[in-house]
Amino acid sequence: MRSPVSAAILVAMAALQPYASMAGEPDDLRVCADPNNLPFSNRAGEGFENRLAEMVAQKLGKFVVYTWWAQRRGFIRHTLKAGDCDLVMGVPAQYDLVETTRPYYRSTYVFVSQTARHLRLNAIDDPQLRGLAIGVHLIGDDGNNTPPAHALGQQGIIDNVRGFMIYGDYREPDPPARLIEAVEHGEIDVAAAWGPLAGYVAKTSTVPLTVTPIAAGERFAPQQFQFEIAMGVPKGDHALRDRLNDFIAQSDSEIAALLADYGVPLAENPRSARGGERR
Amino acid sequence: MIFTNMRGAALAASFIALAGTTWLVGPACAQEPPSELAARMKDPGQWPMAARDYANTRYSELDQINTLNVSRLQIAWTFSIGADRGQEAAPIIVDGTMFVVGPYDGPYPNRVFALDATTGELKWSYAPRPEPAAKGVACCDVVNRGLAFNNGKVFLNTLDNHTVAIEAKTGKELWHTKLGEINRGETITMAPVVVKGKVLVGNSGGELGVRGWLTALDEDTGAIKWRAYSTGPDSDVLIGDDFKPFYDSLKGKDQGVTSWPADRWQVGGGTVWGWISYDSELNLIYYGTANPSPWNANQRSGDNLWTAAIFARDPDTGRAKWAYQINPHDLFDHDEINENVLVDLEISGTTRKVLIHPGRNGYMYVMDRATGEVISADAYDHVNSYKGVDLKTGRIIPNGDKTPILGRTINDICPASPGAKDWQPSAWSPRTKLLYVPHQHLCMDFKSSEVGYIAGTPFIGASVDMYAGPGGYRGEFMAWDPVAKKKVWEIHEKLPVWTGTLVTAGDVTFYGTMDRLFKAVDARNGNVLWQFRAGSGFIGQPVTYRGSDGQQYVAILSGVGGWPGVVANAEVDQRVRNGALGFTGATQDLPFYTAGGSELLVFKLGPAAKDDSNAQPR
Repeated sequence: MRSPVSAAILVAMAALQPYASMAGEPDDLRVCADPNNLPFSNRAGEGFENRLAEMVAQKLGKFVVYTWWAQRRGFIRHTLKAGDCDLVMGVPAQYDLVETTRPYYRSTYVFVSQTARHLRLNAIDDPQLRGLAIGVHLIGDDGNNTPPAHALGQQGIIDNVRGFMIYGDYREPDPPARLIEAVEHGEIDVAAAWGPLAGYVAKTSTVPLTVTPIAAGERFAPQQFQFEIAMGVPKGDHALRDRLNDFIAQSDSEIAALLADYGVPLAENPRSARGGERR
Repeated sequence: MIFTNMRGAALAASFIALAGTTWLVGPACAQEPPSELAARMKDPGQWPMAARDYANTRYSELDQINTLNVSRLQIAWTFSIGADRGQEAAPIIVDGTMFVVGPYDGPYPNRVFALDATTGELKWSYAPRPEPAAKGVACCDVVNRGLAFNNGKVFLNTLDNHTVAIEAKTGKELWHTKLGEINRGETITMAPVVVKGKVLVGNSGGELGVRGWLTALDEDTGAIKWRAYSTGPDSDVLIGDDFKPFYDSLKGKDQGVTSWPADRWQVGGGTVWGWISYDSELNLIYYGTANPSPWNANQRSGDNLWTAAIFARDPDTGRAKWAYQINPHDLFDHDEINENVLVDLEISGTTRKVLIHPGRNGYMYVMDRATGEVISADAYDHVNSYKGVDLKTGRIIPNGDKTPILGRTINDICPASPGAKDWQPSAWSPRTKLLYVPHQHLCMDFKSSEVGYIAGTPFIGASVDMYAGPGGYRGEFMAWDPVAKKKVWEIHEKLPVWTGTLVTAGDVTFYGTMDRLFKAVDARNGNVLWQFRAGSGFIGQPVTYRGSDGQQYVAILSGVGGWPGVVANAEVDQRVRNGALGFTGATQDLPFYTAGGSELLVFKLGPAAKDDSNAQPR
């Protein structure tokens, strides 16, 4: 499916840069994305990863063409590895299943609570947590859950923790957002969630919400609460990776503005896994 | 959801004509719903349910194929199922017609075919029109383990949670009932079982936050008669005053709630995706439940009842009569959905009505099926994650040294997550009094290091690396004496043995390997008598029956897949050793032996050769 947004941009592009695409190269930038997972992506093209894909396509002189697939276990196998696309817009920078670009943002797990509660939480071992109803996302198997789920269990904080399946009910819009909405509706006191989702929902919430990065000490290793996010291409596609790296390096401020637009909390003190490539 | 019947009506007339010549059980039986299926089980010409009989013996009285002539087996006919994913289904054979179902893939997911069991002629096919979300959310692979039959109807479970009744003669859909929600991660992969006019169906998907259940549907209407959950209050688990577990630790009110912290039971797992057996005299059905999930072990302190347990229930009401938890507070993903084979054994001079449960945890349980008492539980594979089963308390003894702890690397945990044996069902011969068990032989290292990413959310997950157990082989086919409590013979295979098996009055037992060999073995001594190299590896269930020509046939689907085979047919990157939930590491050489496939293979004896020197296996 051709995105109407990309077509419009490309028409504008064509006037400025008619020979942007190389001769003989396909005009499509084939992106695999979740059709139902804002703030990242949706079928209507409203996510920041949709917008980023348009920016990349503009840079490369291509149209964005989507293959939609829920971003769950098997996502990479059924999309990038099946040859259905060239690119997924967001994966962890150390993601072994794909060839990753340099990271284009670094975010953090956060606490989200109603501002009116004045909870002032910032650490995963804050003693207040023992007395609050805490929501976390669950991934599935033993050992495969979100860092807050692990860290709370490790401290014996159990009976006041509520689990929300990251998969949710896929008939509803953006299923992972139920966790943050539970804070908005007062069903739980605090959510411990990945920053981009929390920041976005907080931004559009009718009730003022406070989003605070979660600090965690070494005692919770190997769990980490900050992750760098990169784009992913098929293993071995160094040509596309390198072009994307150029795009990321040249589009620093535009990407930052885009992320700010969606309320993505950015983590300070980035520690790049790629040494000198940090921006 | 709309179901479409494909070319059914056009073929109906010819089917009726053919069926008339092979009708082995008179139509009078059809008026007694409880006995119709049971009567077919007594006819060795048929294979009327995946496990062949209610006792789940997979034993056939046919002896035309025997140890002396099995080397003459040759292809009778083949048929393509048309979707190259894991083929785990057992064909069923009723009145000369074979019914077989494909996996949830291709243009017609979970398509059902009716074939003349003797000639292979296609009579009709039926294709459900599935919900498109289903493929994206199913764990592991999109397998289907088979169909069921009773009173002229074929029963199908679709991956997207529909049970469908199809008219056996025409392929026409009679009813369908939606039992779960694919969009919440719920799926169905098990073969339904019909008991006393009820179609029994359980769910899959515990890792995705599904709460397990077994549901009984009226075979005529599809109406839900009862549903028994595996977790939660007694009223949901269908536990009442008549519930009499053997062990004290399992007595007490609402243990499906109290053995969990807070509300954990609400998404506690304990799904029901394996086998159901039935004892008509005791009027009890038996089945096992899956592991607890999706919470981390440290977030679900307690025994987590009734996960990883065996239930005995009244099929009329669903009420539990007894239960036994095999793995309290499971740490290893040790589902206990494996089959329960019902046999009567002479133990210490008395005849005991027992069930034999080859545990995923590596112990062979022999239990009194009237009371739920564990008579014996002995390791049949290399086990170091437990230290045995205490027969006084009935509880397994954990080995603390092998407890997976986040942040620590624990090496050499045996058996690995798939257990010493997974779903692949065993067979029992009343002649040899041995249980024939296909299983795997894998250990694993556990560490927390892998970066995962689901729905835009990154996390550090456990990385499970599986490899061959002691001796360097990954699979085994063996014969077990449940009275002497020992292995009688064993055949090692380089890859996990993921097929079911059967055994016959000809003292021949069959199984398949992932490296494409279908083997016939002397049930008495384990000698391989014949083997056939097929197009793809085997993870299916062999069956045997008599054709309308009086010949004995043996059938199995070829097509590797399932959990361990995902690497071969779905192009998981085999360089990533823990790709398919850790299994890729254990089977990463699989693509050197096989690709995916979808072929139904049917064998019969060829003509006797004067010079029988070919009789020896290669």
